[in-house]
Formats: sequence, C-alpha cells, structure tokens
Amino acid sequence: MILNSPINKKDIDSLKAGDTAYLNGIIVTARDAAHKYLIEKKPRKYKKLLKNGIIYHCGPVVDRVGKKWIVAAAGPTTSMREEPYTAEIIREYEISGIIGKGGMGDKTLNALRKYKAVYFHAIGGLAQVLAECVVDVKDVFMLKEFGSPEAMWILDVRDFPVTVTMDSHGNSLHKIMYEKSEAVLDKLIKDGTRE
Amino acid sequence: MDNEKLLDTFVELIRKTSCNLPVDVVSSIEGGLLNEKRGSIAYDTLQIILKNIEIAREKSLPMCQDTGTPVFYINLPCGISQGDICNKIKKAIKISVRKLYLRPNVVDTLTGKNLGGGTGAGYPVIHFEEWKKDYIRTILMLKGGGCENVGAQYSLPSPIKALEDRDSRLNAGRDLEGVRRCILDAVHKAQGRGCAPGVIGVCIGGDRVSSYEESKRQLIKSLDDKNENPVLYKLEREIARDANKLGIGPMGFGGRTTLLGVKIGSICRIPASYFVSITYMCWAYRRRGFEYKGGKVKKWLY
Repeated sequence: MILNSPINKKDIDSLKAGDTAYLNGIIVTARDAAHKYLIEKKPRKYKKLLKNGIIYHCGPVVDRVGKKWIVAAAGPTTSMREEPYTAEIIREYEISGIIGKGGMGDKTLNALRKYKAVYFHAIGGLAQVLAECVVDVKDVFMLKEFGSPEAMWILDVRDFPVTVTMDSHGNSLHKIMYEKSEAVLDKLIKDGTRE
Repeated sequence: MDNEKLLDTFVELIRKTSCNLPVDVVSSIEGGLLNEKRGSIAYDTLQIILKNIEIAREKSLPMCQDTGTPVFYINLPCGISQGDICNKIKKAIKISVRKLYLRPNVVDTLTGKNLGGGTGAGYPVIHFEEWKKDYIRTILMLKGGGCENVGAQYSLPSPIKALEDRDSRLNAGRDLEGVRRCILDAVHKAQGRGCAPGVIGVCIGGDRVSSYEESKRQLIKSLDDKNENPVLYKLEREIARDANKLGIGPMGFGGRTTLLGVKIGSICRIPASYFVSITYMCWAYRRRGFEYKGGKVKKWLY
C-alpha cells in the first residue's frame, strides 16, 4: 500500500495494525528537544506544516554539500521517550501519523483513537535503507538551537517502508506481543531449566 | 611512535566500526534468517537489515544514525603515554564527524547543547590496561543509545517485577537459577526498544560499577568464542535457547530470532553483595579492533 503525506483521515481510518505501507511526501523529524519545544512554546508557525502530516522520531546524520543538505543516515529512534508529549502534539497540531521504533504507551494509543492517527513502525537502525528513501531536504528548523540530531528536518521521501503497529481503532501490536511473551516468560520461570 | 600513522589508524578504526559490521555478527544475522519462515515479518525484517548492512559497507556511511558512545579498550606495553593516545583518539573522532562516519553525538547534559565535535566531559570512554606484550591492542565498540537504555542491574535476592504480584516463589535468589531469571526478565523488558535481535553481555558479581563495566566488556568477545568456564557456557546456551522461545523476534514484531548470543562473565564479590548486570547490544553490534606495532598495523581484529 502506498500512502501520500499529508494523509487524510479516511485513509487513516482504513489502516489496521499489521498493515505494511510505503510513505511518500513530507515527513518532519522531531525528537526530545523538539517535542518539548512544540508543547511548551506552542509555536504557531508549524501548524500548517504539520496538519495531517507525519512526525518522524529521528536524529539524522546530515551533510552540507554546496547549498544542499544531504541525509547520510536516517533510521528511527526509540519513540517511548516522547510518550509524555505525543497525545498533546497529536491534538494540538492535528498530526495524522508518527514514525518511530518500539511503539508507544496507552496515552498515545488513546490519542490515536480519539484524533484519528496511526503509529508507523520503521526498523531500528535501518539508517542507510531509509536515507536512500529521502529524495530532498526541503528545510530545517531549530538547527542552531538544538544541533543537527535534534533539529526539525523537513524531508521529502519516496517508498519509505513502514508497518502500522498502532492503529486508530485502539489496536497495538506492541501490547499484544508484550503480553504473549510475558506468558511464555512466566512458564519458562516456573518450569526452571530443562535440557 | 609514528604519530600521524596511529592517528590515521584510529580514524580507519572508527570508519570500519561504524560502517562495516564484523563477519561473526553478519553470519549470525544470516543464521537467524534461515530460522524464520520465508515471507514472515521476522524474515522480511532480517532481510532488510542485511541489505542495510551491505549499503553501509559499500558507501562507507554509518549503518545506524545513532553512532553511539565510542568505548575503547586499549592494552599498552609499558612506557607508552596514555595521554598521547587519548589526544589522538579525540582528534580521530573530530575527523570522523567531519567525514560523516560519526554523528555529532555529544550533548552537554545540563544545557542540552550539542557540542558538535563528538568529544566532551566523559566522552569518549577509554579503558587503558598495561600488558606484557610488545604491541598496542585497541578494540572499539560503538554503543547505541536505544540498547544502552534497556541495560539492567539486579541486586540479588531480587523480586522480578513482572512476576512479584503473582507468585512470591518466583523471586531471583543468589544462585544460577536466580541469575537466569534476571536475564530472561531483562530480555523481555527490552523488547521493542533494544532493536532485536541483540546480544547480551552479563556480569555476575562485582560492585555496582565494576559489574556493569564487566558486562559491557563481555561484548568484546567474538560471537564464535566459546566460554572457557563450563558452568557459564551451559548457562549461556540455556538462556539463548529460552530467550528465543519468548517469541519477541526481530524488532519485537514476533519471530524466533530474539537473541543472537549471550556472553557471561563472573568477577568476585563481597559477601553482602550479589549483582547481576546486563548490557544489551542491538543488532548493529559495532565492534572492531587492531594490533599496532613498530609504526604500523600488525593485524585488524574480528
């Protein structure tokens, strides 16, 4: 399935946990410093850019060649660190999607359902495959203030591979996997070591 | 000592470590692929990880954008200046940031400011040890942050949090069964965040600091190395087998490949303490090394 960003709410509604997709269009990197900034300062200038848009939990390696920025490595970072901010970000900036790794908690899962958005999982460490999906760096914000890994990079991507792991209907693959593996762990501990 | 040459060698070490995964790790990921069902999400995930490793090597670019904490383990013959080596490493890191082998990864903790050059208070981490051999051995690990955050330390006897409400008998006591429970608990909790399939380094014993330090040091062993202690060897195998039954799989999407390896070491403790420390390493298990003598590289390691 190919999805174009910004993503309309009808497409979001049709996505189910477990679907794989390829993303095209604009995605905006934001990690710890940017999340704090977006919530505490509530800068209005990003509202249009982020409406129905996608936030990418990523701190890329970026090179300056002449007047162009080139992304040299760009895999996802752990999303759970943004759990305290994400529900509010989804509401405030009308985000349609989040790309990250490792999944997020109940607060975000509820916000995904309430405001119709999804969590896309990208494979952790896939810096080269994902950097090749970036066709252009459109702009960058807060570079001087936050430094390169924490800045908000506006990336234009093609065929960016992701899996929907948290949908807008309250389903989370992460939650299911955690519970399933916990039942196995229980059994392994009760059984002790057996060859 | 030939100064320029050693500096160049450190830069080359950083390039190799960041861009080119050692063969024992790649083989192990390939082995995981054979264990997964073709077309499953676990299979596809491992396949694209292998593709990523390949591109990084061909382009000499970081396989993961988080180029991590550089941790150096250096053995020196008597009489070589540690300060001199330290300065060369810092210079090599600055060059490596410019060449894009490393991300500018060092942040002032209090101000949040990125220091730009990749060095700062406490960075990089360098462990020196004098030895009787006549050459320098350097091993570098680039330790990513996602997996570093899921490391764990247990002070035994310890309740296993996930289980304590249900059955108090499941606490981890001061024996190998207790150690096993801690490790499986840590692997379970790491899921999703630690970029599986990973490798865990474990230390039993020590104090809080030496125990964590030794658990990370376990990861300089090649995956092919066999533990010389038969008790620990057996424990490593049992834990690898059991952890892979958890069904967590690559990136926590489900599958058979949760751990690529387990390395366990033990150091002495005082009667009052019994620590089990676990360092988790993601699939991007970046470790390289060299031996250096007479102004040139004697051998590249791994």
